[in-house]
Amino acid sequence: MGSTIFSERQNQIVRKGKEPFQIACNKDSLAGAVSQRACVFCGSRVVLYPIADALHLVHGPIGCAAYTWDIRGALSSGPALHRLSFSTDLQEKDVIFGGEEKLERALLELIERHDPKAAFVYSTCIVGIIGDDLDAVCNRVAARKGIPVLPVQSEGFKGNKRAGYNAACKAMFRLIGTGDTSDISPLSINILGDFNLAGEIWIIREYFRKMGLQVVANITGDGRVADIQRAHGAALNVVQCSGSTMDLALMMKEQYGTPFLRVSYFGIEDMAESLYKIADFFLEQDPGMLDRTAALVKEEVDVIYPELLKYRNDLTGKKAAIYVGGAFKAFSLVKAFRLLGMDVVLVGSQTGTEEDYQELSEITDDGTIIVDDSNPLELSSFLQEKDVDVFVGGVKERPIAYKLGVGFCDHNHERKEALEGFVGMLNFAREIHSSVLSPVWRFVPRKTGKKTLQSMRKAEPAS
Amino acid sequence: MKHHTEPYVSTTNACKLCKPLGACLAFRGMEGAIPFLHGSQGCATYMRRYIISHFREPMDIASSSLGEKHAVYGGGPNLKLGIKNVLTKYHAGLIGIASTCLTETIGDDLPMIVREFHGDFPDLLHEHGDPSIVTVSTPSYSGTHMEGFHDAVRATVDQLAVADFPNGRVGVFPGFLSPSDIRYLKEVLDDFGIPATILPDISLTLDGPALDEYEKIPRGGTPISEIKSLGGARSVIEFGRTPARKGTAGTLLESRFGIPLHSIGTPIGLRESDRLFEVLEELSCRETPERHMLARGRLIDSFVDGHKYVFGKKAVVYGEGDLVVGLTSFLAEVGIKPVLCATSTRTGNLERAIGDVLEEFTLASPLVKEGVDFYEIAEEAESLEPDFIIGSSKGYHLARRWNVPLIRVGFPIHDRFGGHRMLHIGYAGAQSLFDLIVNTLIERKQEQSPVGYTYI
Repeated sequence: MGSTIFSERQNQIVRKGKEPFQIACNKDSLAGAVSQRACVFCGSRVVLYPIADALHLVHGPIGCAAYTWDIRGALSSGPALHRLSFSTDLQEKDVIFGGEEKLERALLELIERHDPKAAFVYSTCIVGIIGDDLDAVCNRVAARKGIPVLPVQSEGFKGNKRAGYNAACKAMFRLIGTGDTSDISPLSINILGDFNLAGEIWIIREYFRKMGLQVVANITGDGRVADIQRAHGAALNVVQCSGSTMDLALMMKEQYGTPFLRVSYFGIEDMAESLYKIADFFLEQDPGMLDRTAALVKEEVDVIYPELLKYRNDLTGKKAAIYVGGAFKAFSLVKAFRLLGMDVVLVGSQTGTEEDYQELSEITDDGTIIVDDSNPLELSSFLQEKDVDVFVGGVKERPIAYKLGVGFCDHNHERKEALEGFVGMLNFAREIHSSVLSPVWRFVPRKTGKKTLQSMRKAEPAS
Repeated sequence: MKHHTEPYVSTTNACKLCKPLGACLAFRGMEGAIPFLHGSQGCATYMRRYIISHFREPMDIASSSLGEKHAVYGGGPNLKLGIKNVLTKYHAGLIGIASTCLTETIGDDLPMIVREFHGDFPDLLHEHGDPSIVTVSTPSYSGTHMEGFHDAVRATVDQLAVADFPNGRVGVFPGFLSPSDIRYLKEVLDDFGIPATILPDISLTLDGPALDEYEKIPRGGTPISEIKSLGGARSVIEFGRTPARKGTAGTLLESRFGIPLHSIGTPIGLRESDRLFEVLEELSCRETPERHMLARGRLIDSFVDGHKYVFGKKAVVYGEGDLVVGLTSFLAEVGIKPVLCATSTRTGNLERAIGDVLEEFTLASPLVKEGVDFYEIAEEAESLEPDFIIGSSKGYHLARRWNVPLIRVGFPIHDRFGGHRMLHIGYAGAQSLFDLIVNTLIERKQEQSPVGYTYI
């Protein structure tokens, strides 16, 4: 156990107990430690990616574009330009002589071909080194083509994913304030920090419609440039996902005075609480909204609760581990597992803040491992130590769980099942159930040990 | 879509990956090795994710995790720290360090940094079993993942292989094949009684069993001691018709140690497999063992049984150069017309290689394209009206648009299960490919028929 933890990382791992909670975080990843983190570019790319009618051009060598081609299940109800992968595919001579000319020609070519409503130009590591003037190129092309062309300062090495979120927010902020807001209702919101994975934003928008709210802009799931341009006309920003779009909410508050509320659409508790918070915000303008919200919550919960109880019966007492990108999601997951009668024995994130981890320590049980910026060696040793039944994470965590014969639930970009909203809680329970209750675990070495075939047959539990 | 004459400036839906990814895959096939990227954290993470989605196996890639100050003052200190951490935590037998576009551009000199590390920490290295440290230059702005793969294999041989007493072993450089392919290759070599060193060998490292303990570095891979002894090999076999003849691991062993090199195509289909078995007969002074002769006979028997289902069908073939050449050769020999053969790599050798494998088949004269992306493949292929396309899963959008089947082969296969268990090479590989293609075409015909035939 001790041998898998780097001494430099010891203060980034805490076991909740009697001691006052203290954790180190927000540090650069340790060289050689196989961090599960990504880079600045990744942060920008995931946030802006779902804007479906914009051109997303990655200025750099091919890898950055290739690895992010159609990477998220962010659905669009209309255009799907975001699902194509565009790159300037910089070559050696561009690195030597500069890539500005190639960028400009590529932009003109692609804008003519696809007629996008705006273009985002992502800077990558190498562009930061060779010093291409993205602003100048973008301005020239914008003037020539008459659409917004926005540089995204996402050089990979200039921080971690959070810096990328910030760069994405800055780019979007340049769009905001340029659209017509005259037909926007006073009962209106922008949805920030939802990416419409598996159609989730459509579920949430339906709730808001029933409450009597107008959604001005989806930021960014099923997003459209024109909506974002008039987002400053909304009365309120509702912000999910602590890291990714909070900076935009702060910028909008500062510039346009738009207030914001932090919400979460995962799990019954947080989903309902989020809707009530929003209804409460509009209490003076629309006192009836609270009742409509209560009716909506009741209607939804009535449908799913009996189903959830069935899953709960099977899952009670099972052990869950959580390792996600942003800590916000972990809060909701801890509560969701509790609702299913399960014990969370490990919870961690790539980019949580001190306050995030403090909050996690408050909602978890004693003995729970809380970890920042972990790696496969640590995660696998935690899974073994805690004899975990199901691990929630992303693609990179999946083989760690599976190799050890531990159940898994993908709660990241690639999920194909909607996990938000009330129905999402049911889907989540179903997915956890289908992994934990699978009969395959009885065959894995973790359960059977290293034995001969003969002794394994004798010891095999009766079904 | 109008036809263009000028090459496009932009790339849309690339049909290639970046160079360091290939290097990481190659290092993963060496025993006790940990691939290590000198660059920003994102590179390692993106590549891990991409590789994991295909193999469904753990794929740890260490990174020097460079930040802004390292980009300004040089990444050497962080690389050394990373090597130290990998030494102490992973107990690696080999650390395979590949550069990235960032560290190439800021001018970090990998061999020099590693030399310094050897000078600074001899005791630490010794304490951890004196692992080999191999470096390879893989700037992603020059070449594709396939060049990265070959360069990493070559660099390993260059830096580790030493003059050795003749050891009677045969060195095999198969290129980037699936774990099943490598397993098959090992069986074949065994059946011939040829002691061989296959480099790299991902048969176990990227397709391992269920475990009760997480392995820091997966079991399997080419033993480092065998790599070092390659200088004493009696012969070398290298697959692939497209890489530049100079500068491969095989040519290096040939020129440095005078080891005879058998350079053959990737053994896909009947004739390219025959070449492999001919070489093995020659090296072992034995006839091909009966089980393989029977497999060959059954393959031909199935060609006869199935020939009418496939005759004259038009196929678009895309992917890594050597895979494309092998597939094209195979398709032509069963009567399928390859209409477009496309790869993203620019070696200048594809046209000649395709010409060589198609020489005896005058029916087939496909359009051959190097350096293309999926946008160009689509543009070229649309008017060719293919009956199916064959390549990685990244061509799915084209298959969907044209409503033709996609036969998934090679890497990556992100939208199907067990892609890494796909067998491509030898008589057995040709058999499974042929069955797959025939059945795909039959299924399409059956589905589209109003009759609902139950005998086909």
